[in-house]
Amino acid sequence: MSDILSTLLGNPVVHGEEWTLKELFVYPNEYIYWSIQIVMYPFMTGLVAGAFVLSSLYHVFGMKQLKDMARFSLVFSFALLFVAPMPLLFHLQQPLRGIHVFMTPHFTSAIAAFGVVFSTYGAIVASELWFVYRKYFVQTSQRLRNKMDRTLPETIKYLVTTILTLGSYDISEKALQRDERAVKILAGVGIPVACFLHGYAGFIFGSVKANALWMTPLMPVIFIMSAIVSGIALCMLTYIITMELRRLRASRPGIPYHLREEIKGVELNEIRMTSRYLIFFMIFAISLELLDLVFRGYTAVKSWDVLRSVIYGKDFTNIFILQYTVGNLIPFISLLIPGLTIRRAVVTLLLVLFGVFMMRWNVVIGGQSFSLSFSGYMHYHLPIIPHNIETFKEGLAGMLVILVMPFVLFWILTKIFPVFEFKEGH
Amino acid sequence: MTRREFLKNTLRLTGALAMAGSAIEILKPDSVFSARPSDVRWVFLVDTYKCVGCGMCVRACKLENEVPYDANVTRTWVERYVLTKDGRLLADSPKGARDGFISPRIDLGMGEYREIRPEEIEKAFFVPKLCNQCENPPCVQVCPVGATYQASDGVVLVDRKWCIGCGYCIMACPYGVRFFHPVYKVAEKCNFCYHRINKGLKPACVLACPFDARRIGNIKDPDDPVTKVITKERVSVLKDEYGTKPQVYYIGLSKEVR
Amino acid sequence: MHVLRPLFVFLAFVGIVLMARFLYVPADFGIHERGYMYGWHRKSNEEEWKQVRVKYQGMEYCSGCHPDKNKALRESPHRIIQCENCHGPAIEHPSEPLKLSIDRSRELCLRCHTYLPYPTSNRSNIKGIDPERHNPGIECFMCHNPHKPGPGR
Repeated sequence: MSDILSTLLGNPVVHGEEWTLKELFVYPNEYIYWSIQIVMYPFMTGLVAGAFVLSSLYHVFGMKQLKDMARFSLVFSFALLFVAPMPLLFHLQQPLRGIHVFMTPHFTSAIAAFGVVFSTYGAIVASELWFVYRKYFVQTSQRLRNKMDRTLPETIKYLVTTILTLGSYDISEKALQRDERAVKILAGVGIPVACFLHGYAGFIFGSVKANALWMTPLMPVIFIMSAIVSGIALCMLTYIITMELRRLRASRPGIPYHLREEIKGVELNEIRMTSRYLIFFMIFAISLELLDLVFRGYTAVKSWDVLRSVIYGKDFTNIFILQYTVGNLIPFISLLIPGLTIRRAVVTLLLVLFGVFMMRWNVVIGGQSFSLSFSGYMHYHLPIIPHNIETFKEGLAGMLVILVMPFVLFWILTKIFPVFEFKEGH
Repeated sequence: MTRREFLKNTLRLTGALAMAGSAIEILKPDSVFSARPSDVRWVFLVDTYKCVGCGMCVRACKLENEVPYDANVTRTWVERYVLTKDGRLLADSPKGARDGFISPRIDLGMGEYREIRPEEIEKAFFVPKLCNQCENPPCVQVCPVGATYQASDGVVLVDRKWCIGCGYCIMACPYGVRFFHPVYKVAEKCNFCYHRINKGLKPACVLACPFDARRIGNIKDPDDPVTKVITKERVSVLKDEYGTKPQVYYIGLSKEVR
Repeated sequence: MHVLRPLFVFLAFVGIVLMARFLYVPADFGIHERGYMYGWHRKSNEEEWKQVRVKYQGMEYCSGCHPDKNKALRESPHRIIQCENCHGPAIEHPSEPLKLSIDRSRELCLRCHTYLPYPTSNRSNIKGIDPERHNPGIECFMCHNPHKPGPGR
């Protein structure tokens, strides 16, 4: 027992040694320091940015087909927003000091931009949500205020909505028009900020001159494009799941059959519309990634020898089979084939998400799979069964926690922001 | 003014002053743009001809700087390069050469070794490595919180009470000199034995080297023997293509050195 | 106007962060000699590093109490080796003599005396042995005196 305890309480373990295997000549201090949580981090921020861009397509460009999707993805983006910094906290060796990023930001560091960009972005999404749901807050608050026999959940709901009105109960036609304008402006401002949020995540990697695989000015753009791809895919997927749940409920006895069919029709239509945007962004993402690869091979600078041995040799399966074929090519073809069904869409979207995840993996882990000496390699072994805090945080367990989080948060948020029931407004 | 109002106003005033103070602290233009000069700039000189790979420097460093002796991380290390007649480059640094090189076998990693016969060898030598205390340290540039910094004498230090352990500095260093301290869980690196050089002592590795392969000096002092070698003789640095302006100078560096 | 309310909330948030910063960040944290890019730090940390305890004292320090040993060593080829390389850091030795470790291991000697035929390296100029053939398993000091090195006694 005390053995386990002492291991958990931090025996002097070298960070990275537990999941790194070294081959040939690697400097003594080199390990895979940035592991699974740093794969998760750009994956999560990518989803945030993508979900927001999707919602903005409706609010800013007035793409009416996306109306149902827009409100949904806005709330989802908000849920993801809180999850985005979690991988970082899991990864930090001193998580309690994470606040230092806000306290003494050093803006020559890409990570320091996190505090500013993240808060700004969070404020924009929160404000936009507030404008979208303001009418609902006011109505709910007023309805429950006058209600005599409130149950406990109703009281909580009353308090939450009352606070969320921020003391403004004006829901006249004029005020609502102002709201709508504000939403439009915020959504417009939000697009560049969302791109910046994720672009700088790409910049974190792209600006590391010591790392031959990471250092390219294309990195931020590649990250933004794949972010949008993954964000749209996740929104579509979650949308399908929630719609299917609604259909399931509608199939209970006593509910007219046509309602069920109606839901199905709306759902399929929405998915087909959104998938067109998905294809569009996928083309961008893949072209940029291929451009990067071709350029590296063509210019063949000093690091190319070791990069080639990683890209075409050690990581071939990860890059060409899992990422490009399974994650990009197959879903791409599947989306192009006409007559998309819900079932096919689900499989395709899962593959798209997997492809983007593998892209993050191949950048983060792949970038550390060769030594700074260019004469050796490091192999990463994801800790499956945790035996101390380190292998929990930076292992499969920690990864799953992060993956589940957005859905938990989304579920909580739907208690406050009615994503589906609320039919009035825009 | 009632007591309540007084308290309220005091609170408001303190808040306002605190905010203003914080904002000014971040944006003080004169100090943002100027770097004030100092009359000391520590540099290091390594003679690779003299090094025999005994690893006494590594051992002394670990003990002097309390880097856990058995942990596979170290502030300084020694690399062995062996070039065979058929043009192969073999290099290793088992345990950072904490125990020296006591066998001709080359450590290939993953538990594999390669025996080398003397007649196969074209040239072979040892290269000690340590923090280059770069003039433009990329590790400092990327620290998000100001926990690592360059002192006026050029040495790059880590604030163990402020480091958040994100590892960005470790990623940014092209020389692989940084790691996480296994006990303190913060970024750790060679600082030329800052506590010793500021007391007029040599760094532990320099003291421990029997062959004078490692020396430290002040490049701003023209009479310093190390300065004279660097300015008057032919020396080179590691990986200058990164633009970091490393300040550990080498005599006899070969093109094979990584 | 109600449209500005989220902005007020945001400004309040920024205000709280700035106030927290004022209270939390040490007063000497700021931009120092090397400018914002390289000199953004807590000044007193420099002093903390200077205060780290010195462990290795150097040969002159040892000869203060052991002039005889020092004199003998001076005449041998091992004069270039610091006492503490084999005897360990001297810091606690004067007050607690027993704390001084003496490394008598074969591996210590082999650090220099495993013969490695490395042209262009000083290593090949040192008298060395093949540890697998030269009396394996026996400690070197059984035959050789490290303070007066030479052929076996």
